[in-house]
Amino acid sequence: MRICIVGCGAVGSLFAANLAQLDDVEVWAYDLSREHVDAINAGGLRLSGAGDVLGRVRATVDAGEVPPCEFGIVATKAMHTSAAIAATAHAFANGCVATVQNGLGNEETIAEYAAKVIRGTTFPAGKIIEPGHVQWDVKGDTTLGPFEPQPAPMAEIERLADACTRGGMPTKAVADARGPQWRKVIFNASTNPIGALTGLTHGRVCERPDLRQLVSGLVDEGKAVAAAQGIELDADPEELIDHAAKPEVAYGHKASMLQDVEARRTTEIDYLNGGIVRFGREHEVPTPLNQAIWALVKGVEDSWTK
Amino acid sequence: MRVVVAGAGTIGSLFAAHLARVADVAVLTRRDAHARALNERGLRVSGRADFTASVRASTDPTALGDADLVLVACKGGDLEPLAASLHGRFPAATVMTTQNGLGAEEIIAAHGEWPLLSAVTFMSGTRHDDANVEYVLDTATWIGPYRGTSVADAESVAELIRSAGLKAEAFDDLRPAQWSKLIFNATVNTVAALTGLPHDFHFAEGTLGDLVHSLVDEGKAVAAAAGVALGEDPWEMNVHATQRGHAHYPSMLEDVNAHRPTEIELITGSLIREAAKYGVAVPLHTTLYRLVKAKEASYS
Repeated sequence: MRICIVGCGAVGSLFAANLAQLDDVEVWAYDLSREHVDAINAGGLRLSGAGDVLGRVRATVDAGEVPPCEFGIVATKAMHTSAAIAATAHAFANGCVATVQNGLGNEETIAEYAAKVIRGTTFPAGKIIEPGHVQWDVKGDTTLGPFEPQPAPMAEIERLADACTRGGMPTKAVADARGPQWRKVIFNASTNPIGALTGLTHGRVCERPDLRQLVSGLVDEGKAVAAAQGIELDADPEELIDHAAKPEVAYGHKASMLQDVEARRTTEIDYLNGGIVRFGREHEVPTPLNQAIWALVKGVEDSWTK
Repeated sequence: MRVVVAGAGTIGSLFAAHLARVADVAVLTRRDAHARALNERGLRVSGRADFTASVRASTDPTALGDADLVLVACKGGDLEPLAASLHGRFPAATVMTTQNGLGAEEIIAAHGEWPLLSAVTFMSGTRHDDANVEYVLDTATWIGPYRGTSVADAESVAELIRSAGLKAEAFDDLRPAQWSKLIFNATVNTVAALTGLPHDFHFAEGTLGDLVHSLVDEGKAVAAAAGVALGEDPWEMNVHATQRGHAHYPSMLEDVNAHRPTEIELITGSLIREAAKYGVAVPLHTTLYRLVKAKEASYS
């Protein structure tokens, strides 16, 4: 089985290195960072932290080098989906393409270039600490399911999930993967931008009663949009938010969007709150708070180029 | 004419320096170093005007002599202690407030029997240091009677300010202007403070323009419930201000950038309190209020 990881950042690297442990899987990685790609080709792709893994991966900055693959796993930041899948689509002419990205709308973008699409959500996280070397911060589950308008066959989804699980990334194949996706999106959209706009860590956001109320207002809008589509969340985002606020969990964690804002990197707001607003419009569910937060974070991004 | 300017931030400095050209001006400051700088170096104005005014300054109101007019120009958050320090002083003076938001007049009124005028100012500037202020927008100050004063009193202060080279107008009822500015400020200052954007074209178009429009609409609903017919339309004030060709940095953005407490309580806080009084829902202003308060909390 040949699998190409499209976008070999932290999350892409977790999939690539773990899948490369399997004898029956050949792993390719397409990424734009030449240093990272060169390091992977020279010494392998190394993970340390939650698991110590060294995987042999064939990495390239040239999408034309990627041979035909049975599976693609797209793991870029959401704003790069379109460019990444456009460049690599030739490799998936007969294959299935899964997304393990954040946010809403990635499946739709991938479906413009690939016939068989897999909806996915993943919870493991990490960061690149040097080229070819990723710190694996948290382990977690991945859920894969058919993208309803252009589904990959269930048997193929099960094959990919099985490979991921055997490689060390526990993955479930399910008939409806929207629940976990919306749970994660609602969690992220309701907390990340509040951290980004105020500069507060997750725990400090949650311990201010008025701000925690704003978070709940955002969650309620997201739940209403999910419900209007018949999506059943697999867990209550409120409970996850309170759980993460505990000192021993993620009280002092700066949301990735706050880190993006501090480093003046474009955020994923368009695919989080922006996605909730777009799906809300389609299903006639008002989302004024998500819209306000979306506009403010876009304003923050605009302030860097004024 | 003896004028005491109480509080010499940007607006106070602009008033003090200009008025010193036509009146005897004394400045009440919070810090000794500030008073010393003004006494030694005078107050330099750049930008739309170019001169240095000589003013007397002190942190002690009793050292300033008597006054015919006390112009209160401190930030909202400093108003209560400043008002307390005026208690029993300047018995012959009329006192005029110029603070953003609502409620400054009541705070002053609680500390003395002076006749009171109420003002809103649309001029703006940048304070470079204790003795240096740049005059940026030469928009007017609007003045109206508040307690024990008439529109004629408002007009005579407006005339004094005009003779000093600034723009001013008197009105029978200041509330329409005060509310227009309140809604404008509650919208523009908070959005600027949270996004880091100066007041530029982003506020009048696209997604952010939509948010600004919705915030203005919430404010208008509160004004309507309070029985106030607005003066200028705050949305048009916003659009107009973004078309001036240079980007103005609202004071709340400057406060946030310098990790100073903002005027959120006096501006958006007063709008939200009025909304609660009249049972009007203001979910967006409430959201921005919470975010700015949280941003202040992030300083420490």
